[in-house]
Amino acid sequence: MRKTLAFALFFCALTLSARTVNKPPAEDPLFKKKLSKDEQVIHALDRLTFGPRPGDVEAVRKIGVRKWIELQLHPERIAENPELERKLAPLQSLRMTQAQTLAAYPSPELVRGVALGLQKPPEDPIARAEVERMVRRFDVKKGTGQSDPLEPRVQLADLLTREQIRTLRGGTPAEKTQLLASIAEDKIDDVIVAMPAGLRGQLMPFASPVVRRKLLLASQPQQLVFYDLAEAKLYRAILSNRQLEEELVDFWYNHFNVYIDKGADRFLVPSYERDVIRPHVLGKFRDLLEATANSPAMMFYLDNWQSAAPERAPNGKRPRRGLNENYARELMELHTLGVDGGYTQTDVTEVARCFTGWTIRPPAAGGEFFYNDRLHDKGEKVVLGVTIPAGGGKEDGEKVLDILANHPSTARFISKELAQRFVADNPPAELIDRMAKTFLRTHGDLREVMRTMLESKEFFSAGAYRAKVKTPLEMIVASIRATGAQVDYAFPLAQRIGQLGEPLYRKVEPTGYSNANAEWVSSASLLGRMNFALALAQNRLPGVKVDAESFPADPLETARRLLFTDPSAATRQAIEKAMADQKTKDPKAATPALAAALALGSPDFQRK
Amino acid sequence: MAMFGVGSTPAWLSRALYAQDAPSPRKKILVAIFQRGAVDGLNVVVPHGEQRYYDLRPTIAVPRPDGTPDSAIDLDGFFGLHPSLKSLKPIYDSGHLAIVHAAGSPDPTRSHFDAQDYMESGTPGRKATPDGWLNRALPAEPRESPVRAVSFTADLPRSLRGRHDAVAIANLNDFQVRDPAGAASFEAMYAGAIDQVLNGTGRETFDAVKLMQSIQKQPYTPANGAVYPGGRLANSMRQIAQLIKADVGLEVAFTDVAGWDTHVNEVGAKASVGQLPNLLANFGDTLAAFYRDLGDRMADVAVVTMSEFGRTARENGNRGTDHGHANVMFVFGGGVQGGKVYGDWPGLAEEQLYEGRDLNLTTDFRDVLGELVVRHMGNPQLASVFPGYAEPRFRGLLRG
Repeated sequence: MRKTLAFALFFCALTLSARTVNKPPAEDPLFKKKLSKDEQVIHALDRLTFGPRPGDVEAVRKIGVRKWIELQLHPERIAENPELERKLAPLQSLRMTQAQTLAAYPSPELVRGVALGLQKPPEDPIARAEVERMVRRFDVKKGTGQSDPLEPRVQLADLLTREQIRTLRGGTPAEKTQLLASIAEDKIDDVIVAMPAGLRGQLMPFASPVVRRKLLLASQPQQLVFYDLAEAKLYRAILSNRQLEEELVDFWYNHFNVYIDKGADRFLVPSYERDVIRPHVLGKFRDLLEATANSPAMMFYLDNWQSAAPERAPNGKRPRRGLNENYARELMELHTLGVDGGYTQTDVTEVARCFTGWTIRPPAAGGEFFYNDRLHDKGEKVVLGVTIPAGGGKEDGEKVLDILANHPSTARFISKELAQRFVADNPPAELIDRMAKTFLRTHGDLREVMRTMLESKEFFSAGAYRAKVKTPLEMIVASIRATGAQVDYAFPLAQRIGQLGEPLYRKVEPTGYSNANAEWVSSASLLGRMNFALALAQNRLPGVKVDAESFPADPLETARRLLFTDPSAATRQAIEKAMADQKTKDPKAATPALAAALALGSPDFQRK
Repeated sequence: MAMFGVGSTPAWLSRALYAQDAPSPRKKILVAIFQRGAVDGLNVVVPHGEQRYYDLRPTIAVPRPDGTPDSAIDLDGFFGLHPSLKSLKPIYDSGHLAIVHAAGSPDPTRSHFDAQDYMESGTPGRKATPDGWLNRALPAEPRESPVRAVSFTADLPRSLRGRHDAVAIANLNDFQVRDPAGAASFEAMYAGAIDQVLNGTGRETFDAVKLMQSIQKQPYTPANGAVYPGGRLANSMRQIAQLIKADVGLEVAFTDVAGWDTHVNEVGAKASVGQLPNLLANFGDTLAAFYRDLGDRMADVAVVTMSEFGRTARENGNRGTDHGHANVMFVFGGGVQGGKVYGDWPGLAEEQLYEGRDLNLTTDFRDVLGELVVRHMGNPQLASVFPGYAEPRFRGLLRG
């Protein structure tokens, strides 16, 4: 068996190298041109973080670029930002198990379970009230309900004065904030339950983070898991000191993409990102692959949980269950070998047979992964030329993961994806070759592959410098970091990112978003970026505060501070002209805030 | 002309309208809709006349037409429409909807990404093609409207990338910079940028933005009592109708709709409920609303639908279907010779299936698109629209 495997891999390596020889890459000479010391600092910050903050350039220069990179490759050696920990504290679902998440945030299944007396209502009073309300609606729908299902048990007027209700509905932002903060802790739950849904939504920006979650829990409990995830992703990107780790969590989640709105994945994704992706981003690829294959989120998303050895019902006519090849195909095409990695349709079917029985418990029972031998296809399989003997169990799938994780095509595919993300949309073939060699030599040690890339001459070359367009997530987070904006409500930023074409956790297709960033440049997206820049600098984003006073009075100095380099000629001229025009029209509008908005929306800022 | 305020009239438009050699503002328009995820064509236009269809799909087949809402709607005694597409039947009957079955890309890939890319580049099997077929389909013109080519998506799709200006619009009303001083400065910055990618897109964007301002001021009410359903596809098609009627020089429009990758529980307990039926109902109602909204203006318009590949002829183990080969395409418009299912039917017997599992291909998607490019848009340069495809076989989908 081992011999066959080794031979098959050797053969693949031969065909692969033949292919590389056939395609002489016309290497861009820019990848040979070195960067200056100052450019290296900016470049490293641009690529390995979500954008420099004020002071970062000096800090990296002080400890030295190479040493700083080495530190980023060891996030466990970097103390985390206490402010981040404070921001994450209220986001409770981040720390729950799947079963806890399911019980805490009522899903339609839970409502049904409670209505039928099969499950207990959640403990949280707001969640319980919401479940009770939905159960009453469920009963009414079924014709067994008694009272009006939508009327809260306690009226708002019993809890607050008429004046207070008026303020909540029509007060100034400061008044609303103050009033919400003044409601006693033992009363706020009742108040929220008694509010109409529209009012709850309207009050979101004015509430404290804890009360804001309560407002959402009362109206859209299922959205809360996504809310926590999106807020956490943004806070981490904005505040974490372990920036490269956050970049890599984003990269690997996207590589092993799961769409959060597909059924049970609504409550499986928090654990997927936390326990499956995050621990392995600088570890062994084989472990990461194994973790995804054993994750309920992936098994559900790519339908493998239902895939079984074909079996016919007793009457012999209708197939009771059978093979589903969705996961098997994407495992090879997207997760490991790449579409040109040398597999066939027969391999897809054979791999699908190996993974029969890799399934999950019913969502009501926690939705955990488990291997069900009764669903497993016990026959012999041949995968990429390797025979997997009959009579196997879960080890059939494990063997497939071994073959794929150590395959030369995988080494190349993963290296290329990483180089596309971190170096250039069209990374030099020589660099990919070196990374792939490291991958094979170290059995997929991702930290070593990253190190090969980050220590390469190509990474610190003119070919890579400012060669990438920021993704919507990167553009928005980089703006926040550059301006030093205070964020107390990150969710609206996630919605902005969605409008720019990159809805977080919501890429439907298993491909994830493209690593070739030039694809992010479109009319709709550019206008969205400009409008965001204006809204941010002019303090029109709810829950985000930019200290406009801190910008230098000289508009070009403001631009320089946000771009971390001199603005290009066209950008400089446009800013100068805008300021001059504004001075004649409305001197008060010629503020550094306008200069800041123009800098953030400029072509210069869209690059990294 | 009154709708453009003095001073806001884009220079190209006044030139176009007043010049002797001005092109007719009423151009032929091609609208392409991509169904991403590979729609199951065999359950969209059902070969109810073939027993094998029912043998291969014991639990998810659409029942033979029997007049009930859970059976196929008969088209010609052999094919039938999925019942959730009932709003398309009157268009078919009026002769304005043509169906091409067993159509698609000849490339054997069953990868969503590659197959979509091949279909959008118009060059199956060739990854190096830099641009998209719909961009290449635009005839060369001395003066181009900045909204000749519009995609109603957040990003510019592969189909529309290329030499000619093309803009992506997520929503007409958001298509502006909401600050006059900022708008002028950004325009100048992007116009002067050395960065080719950002400079090019920036210029196209601001040209289009100016043109859109007049449209944004008019509230839009669909005509002829047309009612669009909810959802992004309907929203896009409504805005495409709005742009067509605004006569701003639109020639090609693109939009897409996802969710067709039905590996599991493709249909519910009845043919009219479940995942695929829900998607189809929205799809059919949207197309029907668009057709009704445009009314006589459909004379200038052709709409074509495509999807990267079909799905397995056999249902899989989970009442779904896996990635397959040939599929079905719709073409509708005023000039379409419809009321007919085109294409040679390859049959579903074991030996007739592609690789023993999928519907075989008898019409190359470029035959369908090519006919629209040449005979609807009037661009005879097919060799540059579909390079490497020497002899397209037109099906006669358009009236002579």
